[in-house]
Amino acid sequence: MKRILVMIAFLLMGFSLGPLPAMAGELKINGSTTVLPVTQVVAEAFMKDNPGFNFSISGGGSGRGITALIDGTTDIAQTSRWIRDSEVKMAVENGIYPVPFVIAFDSIIPVVHPDNPVDELSLEELRKIYNGEITNWSEVGGPDRRITIISRDSDSGTYVVWGDKVLKGDRMTPRAQMLASNGAIVQAVQDNRHAIGYIGLGYLTDRLKSVKVDGVQPTSTTTASGEYPVSRSLWLITNNWPSGDVLRFINYIQHPDNAHLIEEGGYVPIW
Amino acid sequence: MSFISSQKKDLFVHGVFLIVGASGIIILTLIFLFLILEGLPIFDVVSVRDFVLGKEWYPTDINPDYGILPLIAGSAGVVALSSAMAIPLGVFSAIYLAEIAHPKTRAVIKPIVELIEGLPTVVIGFFGMVVVAPLLQELFDLGTGLNMFNASIMLAFMAVPTITSISEDAIYSVPRHMKEGSMALGATHWETIARVIIPASLAGISTAVVLGIARAIGETMVVLMVAGGAAMVPESIFDPVRPMPANIAAEMGNVPFRSDHYHALFAIGLVLFVFTFLFNLLASYLSERHKQVGAATL
Repeated sequence: MKRILVMIAFLLMGFSLGPLPAMAGELKINGSTTVLPVTQVVAEAFMKDNPGFNFSISGGGSGRGITALIDGTTDIAQTSRWIRDSEVKMAVENGIYPVPFVIAFDSIIPVVHPDNPVDELSLEELRKIYNGEITNWSEVGGPDRRITIISRDSDSGTYVVWGDKVLKGDRMTPRAQMLASNGAIVQAVQDNRHAIGYIGLGYLTDRLKSVKVDGVQPTSTTTASGEYPVSRSLWLITNNWPSGDVLRFINYIQHPDNAHLIEEGGYVPIW
Repeated sequence: MSFISSQKKDLFVHGVFLIVGASGIIILTLIFLFLILEGLPIFDVVSVRDFVLGKEWYPTDINPDYGILPLIAGSAGVVALSSAMAIPLGVFSAIYLAEIAHPKTRAVIKPIVELIEGLPTVVIGFFGMVVVAPLLQELFDLGTGLNMFNASIMLAFMAVPTITSISEDAIYSVPRHMKEGSMALGATHWETIARVIIPASLAGISTAVVLGIARAIGETMVVLMVAGGAAMVPESIFDPVRPMPANIAAEMGNVPFRSDHYHALFAIGLVLFVFTFLFNLLASYLSERHKQVGAATL
């Protein structure tokens, strides 16, 4: 009896998976935990269509995925950021030629409590709130209350993208409370009328209010069209132009018929 | 007839106890050495002065800053505030239990207090996050309920049972004849407690206080969950803070091995170690100074 096995190993503290026994039709994917839900959903559907095919998918962060690709220990690296120049250089030195494929878009959206009268902030206002120049809601059209600033921990990829696109190199104010996950931010903001936080598009609930940025409501439509300013692409990176199983999987994940799988994973399809 | 002479047996037992006794010290020394070896390299990057007195903690920035003053201030803040709550509560409860309460009341309350001591800290942290934080936020109309005050209440809650239980033992073991002597000289019950019993048990009470507070300094889970996690020097007791243990716990899982950030976290551990060491030194000095000589030794 053939068993379908998806292994999800969160590789922490420098441990790594040993080589798995070679089987017909197997792919190893490693990298960002942001991309992980998507590849997982798509891999399950792919296995349903191709009985006997195996996946080994692991998280650990974009950087770890790229390192694994350079070391040749993974077939595909999944990343939530663009590959760095230093990484490309290292790859080329190792005889690896990284080729990126966009598989989905994701927006990072500012959220407040539903009772908060503020509906819209400019990118500049967001920058000033997060760098500590604006400390009171009255400065951006709200009540005369101190803003409680909530952020992701500095190790998060979401934090890095927020830092690039919103803070534009400024430092985040030390007053910001650093929370460990999207879920923790959702919890903190829905319980606090004076708080502002930022989360991935997929985490928006009825108990939160998303704020328009520069007049653009963050939705999957404005994300896909590129109107919404704080968005990013999610990538799969392969060694060389893919062929064989890797090519089949890339085609599968990018195929318009499978766009619903990307939505299921919580992100915006490229179609 | 024994195969081993009693002398040899004695020597053997002596050796075993020496090894067991020394192992604690050896392990502690090794841990300390490890802390130093992993912590010191950060001082190639930043001076000791900038590390301890720097106000900016941005370890993952492109131009990182490793100033831990906000973290030290956070630790000092929660420890001072929780001590201010826990010491009077703990010591007065102990006096009540040992001197005033009916023996039956004591028999019920003391085991309960000791039971609270065994509560897992993650439970206390969760309680602080889910129950106390929204309550504080409503009650004082605050920006956030996850702050230094909340963390201090939770740490005090942890320290009180330790302080009560050990102080109570100390007060209870004050020899009966001292109390009776005081009463016989016409002192009231309160005068006896304040002038005779407490001074006589001060060494035990100091030990209890130090043990209780030592728990608060090193406590990680509670401060990680309820202190708010903002690396700022607090301006009010309702500001969020990021005490040293919480910072190490939050960041250690994700640092690249042997990076500057990694060494910086170990150096914070070193600072924490120095803090607790100084505290224990103070404790042994206090208990030495107040040691009762004569019949009332503890």
